[in-house]
Amino acid sequence: MYQWDFGILWSYRWLFLNGLGVTVGFTVVIVVLGLVFGLFGAFGSLSRFKAVRLTALTFIEAFRCTPILVQLIWFYYALPILAGVEMTPITASALALSLYGGSFYSEIIRGGIISIDKGQSEAGAALGMTPGQSMRRIVLPQAIKRMIPALMNQSIIQFKNTSLVSVLAVPDLVYQSQVAAHDSYRPLETYTAVAVAYAAILIPLTIIVRRGEKRLAVSE
Amino acid sequence: MSEPSKQTSKIEIRSLRKSFGSNEVLKNISLDVAKGGVVALIGPSGSGKSTLLRCINLLVVPDGGSVRVGDTRFAFGDGAKLPDVKTLARFRATTGMVFQHFNLFPHMTTLQNVMEGPVTVRRMARADAEKLARAQLAKVGLAEKADQYPATLSGGQKQRVAIARALAMEPDVMLFDEATSALDPELVGEVLNVIQQLASEGMTMVIVTHEIAFAREVADRLIFMRDGIVVEEGPARQVIDNPQEAATRAFLSHFHRTGALPPANATP
Repeated sequence: MYQWDFGILWSYRWLFLNGLGVTVGFTVVIVVLGLVFGLFGAFGSLSRFKAVRLTALTFIEAFRCTPILVQLIWFYYALPILAGVEMTPITASALALSLYGGSFYSEIIRGGIISIDKGQSEAGAALGMTPGQSMRRIVLPQAIKRMIPALMNQSIIQFKNTSLVSVLAVPDLVYQSQVAAHDSYRPLETYTAVAVAYAAILIPLTIIVRRGEKRLAVSE
Repeated sequence: MSEPSKQTSKIEIRSLRKSFGSNEVLKNISLDVAKGGVVALIGPSGSGKSTLLRCINLLVVPDGGSVRVGDTRFAFGDGAKLPDVKTLARFRATTGMVFQHFNLFPHMTTLQNVMEGPVTVRRMARADAEKLARAQLAKVGLAEKADQYPATLSGGQKQRVAIARALAMEPDVMLFDEATSALDPELVGEVLNVIQQLASEGMTMVIVTHEIAFAREVADRLIFMRDGIVVEEGPARQVIDNPQEAATRAFLSHFHRTGALPPANATP
């Protein structure tokens, strides 16, 4: 029978905390950047101009339909060769994860916008609003409510996806725990603790999201 | 785009054509509405009457012909440039429209719904817009519902708010797209009352409706459409009481048979 000894992890606490900080910071960056890409993708795919629509769709499907691990490696190793763009592991992984997340955010935002009854923007137009005004004043305020649960869900997935940046030696929580596991010969305790750390951050978040959903449903 | 024309009529439609794909919905329609006139558009569903109404404020852009409301005229068809979004928006601000399904903004209170046009489109100061909006709500008899959300209102109340919202833009003409078709029968009267009141104040209106008795009472002209053409038009009473065309007779007989009389409170 295996003898668990979590006490040994205490001596690596600063390593873990460091990694956790990188993971959380990374998540903030890729969620914010991803939302920016998502906005461009969504409005691009709803554009009146075919060329813009096609560009947006190409972006969305390219990143939505390929594995994120492959994208990470491709950005770090292929781009320098193909485009001559040298990137640090951190830049390459932030870019890949933001674009990957952005492709999913695009679809969520687009879906939210087109779910709003056409009569709403017609009523805005009939009042004399420009398409931009009716988007800002009428459609988006209603659409955002519907998008929030799905956007939060995707952001939770993004938080966990940051664990993949360890393959490019970005010192996130998973990378640091690999170091700790090799050093302590205690991989079982290390990875169990890491799993608990991810869950400990995400479970409270999911509870907040669920509460928010209920409140939104009431005000609908 | 805008040309000074003699003010013989408030709305002037000439040779209007519109197709959706291979389906020709409007075939060479012409129509005049005098200042302060009320025109009722009737006809079976699919006759093109709603599309015609939506062409008047260019919610539907015609394929050919011309549309003039007041001093603003747009021509469509070969060689004519489509108006840009700003021009369209400015034009629509002068025409009020009321929809079959109300299309109130559910995320705003009744008052905010009515204020939205003046604040966002006319750039009116909030205090002035609120005063205007409260006056319009009082006019449709809903002053006390100002702080409620549309979801808490009955269908008839929603439609009256929608009328107040359109009136808050102080439009030159009002367009009604089957404004009572989605209402429970007992709520139709309160909306028709408001429309009738507007007519008596001299508002220029085009009303797409299935309320034949109401059209007879309120409209001065009546247009019967079928399959994208005007089959018959004339003074409302004359067309309804003594239709000349077989198609008009057939359509109207259906209403007489089913006894679509106005609610008791529709006429004062």
